[in-house]
Amino acid sequence: MTEKNTNQASDMKKKQDAQQEVDGLGRRKFIKNTGLVLGGVIGGSLFGGLITNNLKSEPASTDTNEENDGKDARIFFNRKEDFDVLKAAVERIYPEDDNGPGAIWLGVPYFIDRQLAGEFGQNGKDYMQGPFKDIHNTERYQSRLNRGDMMLEGLRAMNQVSLKKHDKRFHEIEGEQQDEILKAFEEGKEKMRGASSKSFFQLLRQMTIEGAYADPLYGGNRDMMGWKMREFPGPRPAYINDIESEEFVKQDPISLKDYQP
Amino acid sequence: MPKKLEKVDVVVVGTGWSGGVVSAELAKAGYKVVALERGEEKSTNDYIGAKDELRYMSRKYIMQDLSIETITSRTSMDETALPVRTQDEMMVGNHLGGSSVHWAGATYRYNPFEFEIRSEIEKRYGKDRIPEGSLLRDWGISYDEFEKYYDRWEKTAGISGEEDPLGAKRSSPYPNPPTVETPNLRLFKEAAKELGYHPFQISSANVTQTYENPDGEVINQCQYCSYCTHYGCDFGAKSDPIVTVIPTAQKTGNFELRTHAYARRVTYDGKKATGVIYVDMITGQEYEQPADVVVLGAFTLANTRLLLMSGIGEPYNPKTKKGVIGRNFTGQFNITFLGARGFFNDKKFNLHMGGGALGATFSDLTGEHIDNSETDFLHGGGVEIRQYGDAPINNNPVPKGTPSWGKEWKEKSLFYANRSLNVWFTPGVLPWWHNYLDLDPTYKDAFGDPLLRVTNKYTDQDRNIAKFGIEKCKEVMEKMGADIIDVDEVPEEFDHVYNGAHYAGGVTMGTDPETSAVNTYLQMWDAENLFVVGASAMPHFGDRHPTATVGALAYRAAEGIEKYLKEGGGLLLKPEK
Repeated sequence: MTEKNTNQASDMKKKQDAQQEVDGLGRRKFIKNTGLVLGGVIGGSLFGGLITNNLKSEPASTDTNEENDGKDARIFFNRKEDFDVLKAAVERIYPEDDNGPGAIWLGVPYFIDRQLAGEFGQNGKDYMQGPFKDIHNTERYQSRLNRGDMMLEGLRAMNQVSLKKHDKRFHEIEGEQQDEILKAFEEGKEKMRGASSKSFFQLLRQMTIEGAYADPLYGGNRDMMGWKMREFPGPRPAYINDIESEEFVKQDPISLKDYQP
Repeated sequence: MPKKLEKVDVVVVGTGWSGGVVSAELAKAGYKVVALERGEEKSTNDYIGAKDELRYMSRKYIMQDLSIETITSRTSMDETALPVRTQDEMMVGNHLGGSSVHWAGATYRYNPFEFEIRSEIEKRYGKDRIPEGSLLRDWGISYDEFEKYYDRWEKTAGISGEEDPLGAKRSSPYPNPPTVETPNLRLFKEAAKELGYHPFQISSANVTQTYENPDGEVINQCQYCSYCTHYGCDFGAKSDPIVTVIPTAQKTGNFELRTHAYARRVTYDGKKATGVIYVDMITGQEYEQPADVVVLGAFTLANTRLLLMSGIGEPYNPKTKKGVIGRNFTGQFNITFLGARGFFNDKKFNLHMGGGALGATFSDLTGEHIDNSETDFLHGGGVEIRQYGDAPINNNPVPKGTPSWGKEWKEKSLFYANRSLNVWFTPGVLPWWHNYLDLDPTYKDAFGDPLLRVTNKYTDQDRNIAKFGIEKCKEVMEKMGADIIDVDEVPEEFDHVYNGAHYAGGVTMGTDPETSAVNTYLQMWDAENLFVVGASAMPHFGDRHPTATVGALAYRAAEGIEKYLKEGGGLLLKPEK
C-alpha cells in the first residue's frame, strides 16, 4: 500500500465512522466527494480497504497487493488476441466506476474462459441435434454452434468490424468506439457466421454478469467485490432473526468455501 | 428385446408429488409398488450447502437434461416447430422428487369457480359469453367433493398459512402458522387494504415450525435463507417428496425405487395397460416391468408424450377437433406474471433474505370474485408480491430507459439492488382448440423417438386479461409509494420460453370420453388399469399456482387406484354423456 493510499483510506475511515448510516447512493456520493480518483491503475489494496471498510466489513485483506492484477492462465482461449478482445468488451459491459471495480479486476474474463471450457460452453445439457433452422431470424437459440464457438466467432467478428472501421484491433480503439460496435451487435445489426450477433451479445452480457456475481469459487467476483458493491452477503445459513427488521441489515459476505460443510 | 421382469401390483412413472403420493398411499395399503425415476436418487444430504446461484439457478443443475429429450415449439399449425434447445429456455425438474423439489412452495387451492368454470360462466354471464374456439369445460368434480384431498395433501406437506378472507370453505385450518410479515409485504398489504382489497399471507410449503406430518415424517423450520426456488432445500424445511411421501413409501417395505430408469413406452393389449418399458441409463439395459396397475405420474409433458408414443387413447386432431390426448394444453408463459415494478429512492429492503413462497396476495380479482359482465376478457387472477431472496446474477432490475449494460446500467442496477419491488398478476388461462400437444415429425430424442411438439398461441383473451392485471398491479404499486413505476408490456406472441414449469393439460379429466382422457379418478377411459396423474389432468389453468391441486389430484387418484384394486377392476366412474 502506498503512503498516499494509506492516508486517504485512513481519512475515509474517519469520515465513514461519522456516516455510519449512509448507504446506497449516499455512500457512492460520499466516495466521490473525497476527490479520490479511482481511474488508472486499480490496486487490490485500494478497493479491498476502501470499500470493505465502508461496508463495515472485515479489515482490508493483506494478501491483495498492487502486483495482484488478477492475471491468471487460460484453458479455453488459445489466442491471446481473442482474450484481449473479450477483456475489452466485458470491461465496457461492466466498467470500473465510483462504486468499485470493473469486470477485468473482478476476474470476469477468466471466469468466462473456464465456463466455456466446461459443460456450459459445450452445451452439454442442451439439445444440439439438427436440422438447424432460422438461425438469424429468431430470438431462440437455434445455432449449430455451441457457446464456446459462438463466443469465438463473435469476438473475432467484433475485431474484424473494428479493423475495418478504425484500422485498429477492438481492444486498441477508444471506449466509445468499442461501445458502438457492441451496440451494433446487441441490436443484431452486424453479421457473423453461424449465429445472430444478437444472440452472441446476449451470451457475452449474461456471462459478464455471471462472472461479476457468481461465487468466487468460479474464478470471478474477486474478493467478493461484486457482492460488496451491492451489499449482498453471500450464502448465509439463516435470516430468520433479521428478516422482519425495518432497517436494511448489512452483513459481511461469505463465500461457499466458508459455508459448505 | 427388453428383459421382462416379474410382475408387481403397481408400477409408477415419476416421483414428484404425483408419483410420490400415489406410491406412498398404495405401499401403505400393502401393494407392491415399483417407482421409475429417470434421474438420480436424491435426499436432503445432496442439497446441504448447495447455496450456489450459478449452479442451480443459472445452470439449472437439477433440471431435465435436454441432450436426451426436449420439446419443439411453434405458435400455429402452419409453422415448422423448432426445438427448445437450451436450459435457459426450458425448465422441467429432474431427479428424485422431480419438479416438486425445485418448486417455490406457494400453495393455493383453486376456487370453486375453477372446477365448474363453464357452468359458472354460463350461469353468471350467459351462454354466449363462452368464446368461440375455446374448449372451456367443467372438470367433472366440484370443489366441495375435492376439498378433502386438498386437506389431506396440505397436512402431508405441512402447509403454513392463514385463511384467505375470501377463500372457499375449509374442513380444517392450515397445519402450521403463516410465514413472517416483512416490511415490504406489509407495505403491499397496507396499499391493498387502502384500495379495498383483502390481502393475506401466501400459504407456503416453506414450513414455519418443525412439523410431523400424519405419516410421521418430520419437516424442519424454514430459515428464510433465500436459496429456495430452483434449489433443493439445504435444511429439509421446504416440503417436497424427498422429505415426505418418498420416505413414507420406503418405510412400508412394499416400495422399490429404481432411479436412472427412463420410461419409454406403456405396453398395451388394446384394452388394458400391461406394464412399462424403460431403459436403465447406467447400464443401457432395457426392461419391461409388468404390473396390474400402471400409473403415469411424470411431468405434464412426459405423461402426454408417453401415451402418444404408446398408442393409447385417441390423439387430438385440431382440424377435426376430435381426439383427446394432447388436447386442452395451457400454461403460464410470458403473458402471465406481468405487473408493475416499483423503484424506491429513499427506502431499502432486505431483498436478499426470503423464501420461495414468502409473499402476500389478495383474491378480490380472481375468477371467483371478479365481475366479468363488463370486461373484455373472462376469468380473473391473483395479485401477488414475493420475497424470494434475490440473488445477484438473476436480479438486476433498472428503470425503463436505462441501457442494458455499461456505466449507467451498473450504477443503477447497484443502486436499486435493494430498492425495487415487483407486484404481478397470475391470470387464469383458458384452453383453445389451436393450443395442443402432439409428436414432432422431424426432431428426435436420444433414443430416436419423436419429441413432443407444443403448438401454443395467444388470443385477445390472453392479451386483455394481462393488460387488466398490469393496470391493477400499477394501482397497488402507486399506493405503495414507489418513486418510479414501470409496467410490463403485453407480448404479442408466445416467446417459446418454458421457464415457470407451470404447464397443464394433454390428458385431461372429465365426464365425457369425447372430450376427456381420464375420469375424475384420473383413470383412463381407454385403459381402466392406467391412471394418469398430474397437472396433465387439468382442463384449463386456474388463476393461482397449481401445486396444491396436483397434490390433491394425486390423493384422489390414489383413492381410486386402491378402490380399483380392491374391487377387482372396472371403470370407477361411468361416462356421463
